[in-house]
Amino acid sequence: MRTILYILQKEFIQISRNRLMMGVLFIMPFFQLILLGYAASFEVKNLNIHIVDPDKSSFSSDLISKFSASSYFNVKNLTNSHKLAMEDLEKGKVDLIMEIPKDFEKDFINGEKTNIYLSIDAVNGVKAGLANAYAGMIIKDFNTDIFAKYTGRKISLPIGITWSNWYNKHMVYSTFMVPGILVLLVTMIAVFLTAINIVREKEIGTIEQLNVTPIKKSQFIIGKLFPFLLIAFFELSIGLIIAKLVFNLHYEGSLILVYSFTFVYLFAVLGIGLFISTLSNTQQQAMFIAYFIFVIFILMSGLFTPIESMPVWAQKITWFNPIKYFIEFMRMVLLKGSTFADVKNHFIIIAIYGVILNTLAVWNYRKVSG
Amino acid sequence: MKAFLAFLKKEFYHIWRDPRSLLILIGMPMVQVILFGFAITNEIVDAKIAILDNSKDEVTQEISNKILSSKYFKLFEYLTDKNQIEKSFKKGKIKIAIIFENDFSQKLNRNENPQVQIIADATDPNTATTLINYVSSIVFDYQSKYLKNKSGGLNVVSKMEYNPGLKGVYLFVPGIITVILMLISAMMTSISIAREKEKGTMEILLVSPIKPLMVIVGKVVPYISLALVNAVTILLLGVFVFGLPIRGSLPVLMLEIIIFIITALGLGIFISTKVETQQNALLVSLMGLLLPTIILSGFIYPIESLPEILQYISHIIPAKWFLIILRDIMIKGTEFRFIIKETLILFGMMTFFLIISIKNYKIRLE
Repeated sequence: MRTILYILQKEFIQISRNRLMMGVLFIMPFFQLILLGYAASFEVKNLNIHIVDPDKSSFSSDLISKFSASSYFNVKNLTNSHKLAMEDLEKGKVDLIMEIPKDFEKDFINGEKTNIYLSIDAVNGVKAGLANAYAGMIIKDFNTDIFAKYTGRKISLPIGITWSNWYNKHMVYSTFMVPGILVLLVTMIAVFLTAINIVREKEIGTIEQLNVTPIKKSQFIIGKLFPFLLIAFFELSIGLIIAKLVFNLHYEGSLILVYSFTFVYLFAVLGIGLFISTLSNTQQQAMFIAYFIFVIFILMSGLFTPIESMPVWAQKITWFNPIKYFIEFMRMVLLKGSTFADVKNHFIIIAIYGVILNTLAVWNYRKVSG
Repeated sequence: MKAFLAFLKKEFYHIWRDPRSLLILIGMPMVQVILFGFAITNEIVDAKIAILDNSKDEVTQEISNKILSSKYFKLFEYLTDKNQIEKSFKKGKIKIAIIFENDFSQKLNRNENPQVQIIADATDPNTATTLINYVSSIVFDYQSKYLKNKSGGLNVVSKMEYNPGLKGVYLFVPGIITVILMLISAMMTSISIAREKEKGTMEILLVSPIKPLMVIVGKVVPYISLALVNAVTILLLGVFVFGLPIRGSLPVLMLEIIIFIITALGLGIFISTKVETQQNALLVSLMGLLLPTIILSGFIYPIESLPEILQYISHIIPAKWFLIILRDIMIKGTEFRFIIKETLILFGMMTFFLIISIKNYKIRLE
């Protein structure tokens, strides 16, 4: 036990004397959360629209004013030429075009079905999907209104549709992203720093010195991992505070649950860091491998794109992604107030993951330097 | 010239002899493109849905069937009680729940305006918006048959220009090219020059008969080649595996890529003149180049969604201009005359970074 304490002391002194690292450790949570929290937004507003209106009737101008009144759209151009509109779209001046057909009003009154054409710049799929949804809602709304006007009845449509947005009433995008960014923060510290820290001893050659001391392998590993466990908890706490103060996140679930899951999770990802360190000989290599794994984990985590949209084989890959479970867990507990019973499986899976990875890492570690 | 060639050879050996890093440098972009291409789409399919049908009559069943038969939704469960909705959401299983009122079809026949209530899990606001729109469109469509005799309805015909399937690849391939070029050109150059400094071999190079400027050129050439190889590999993958179009002119595209590579190299050399160790070079390029490139270039997040201050900052990020050019040429097939402004800006940045990095390059050791 005393040996472990000495190793821990050594590690803490080493970390605290590395000023660059200390700086990064303190600045990173602020930098990442605030920058990413604000920037990582798929919130779409002020879409530029070019409206082509050859009809110039009272109906069409009603529809146009509905668009200009909406906070989602910004009517940039109003012409009656399809060609001009397409040119705007191509130059990137507008995000979408709406074309109102000629005889729009006449056809409508005659009871004929009229088509409204939307052409959306779909290079960015998220934006295009939302532009389509927003425009669709406005046109539907308009449709309901003119039915009412035309039929002179108060209730214009036979079926009423109401909707409510739960857990994020004001539809704030940062509420969705911040729990995920917290996960990235904790994971980055645990994986990158652990991997590099151990490899450094190898690269500098001091690992030989440690190997000839009476320190046992298990003590060495615990001594190496424990400081980063503490640092990761520290980062998580700062992150939770920033999320609360800067982003007004309201924590629905229990923070004790969050911390206990983080503990299990860190056990698993520190194992990943350890495993990477057994695979590399230089810090640069460790960085590369860690970066590589990290990028794949993030892409497959559901942080940016919903996992349900992935093809089935890709969804199966995500079963092996610890980041996915942690992000899911954080969103469920922090935003929806899920309880232990709801996330029991997450605990079990990550615990198994941790046991397997650490066994693998320790086993591999012995073989390399033993 | 011979000395320079020998030096160039040395630089290539440096890269070849670390096969693990080389493998990652070439393999990583490919894996990224493949993952992005196959796995990442923005189209929402199979969102899990729960239905609470309080009337279970032919109308509600018909609407339910219409919703479930669309590719957007997949039934998770039928609920029997209002209290189960919250539970179902908390278990993290469903994205959306639909509630039909009591006596739905009777009310419909009596013109009493029965209600369909949609509850969405808005922790992800965009998915919630899109799903609500899908459900209400389906309900809207359904009821238009009750209106047929009264008057005409509006029909929205949407066309997704340039990217009908809303595929992620269209957006991400140009983005990945940008990030990889930045990573290799700027980060690797700065690390490689910093390594010579750290190890003390820079001194040897500076007293050798090779001109100091040639040392830098020699350092840079292998990374230009590596960057070009990567750019071409990603383009080939994009075109042949994912059917990504290159609608514009290929020579213009390559020219723009080269301008961007040189800009990034200029940045890399500039960083290396300011730092002394590899680790610092890595940290500075990670924080100062890679993060801004990913966040502020419009790679993942549309620039218009950024807070205003960040939008202004994004103007000085070379990657932003490069990305606009790439997307215009590849996906929209924009002609060169429409992107002259962006090209000139990028060219100006290139000249600027080259000049300051050469100015700052010290041929003497302190």
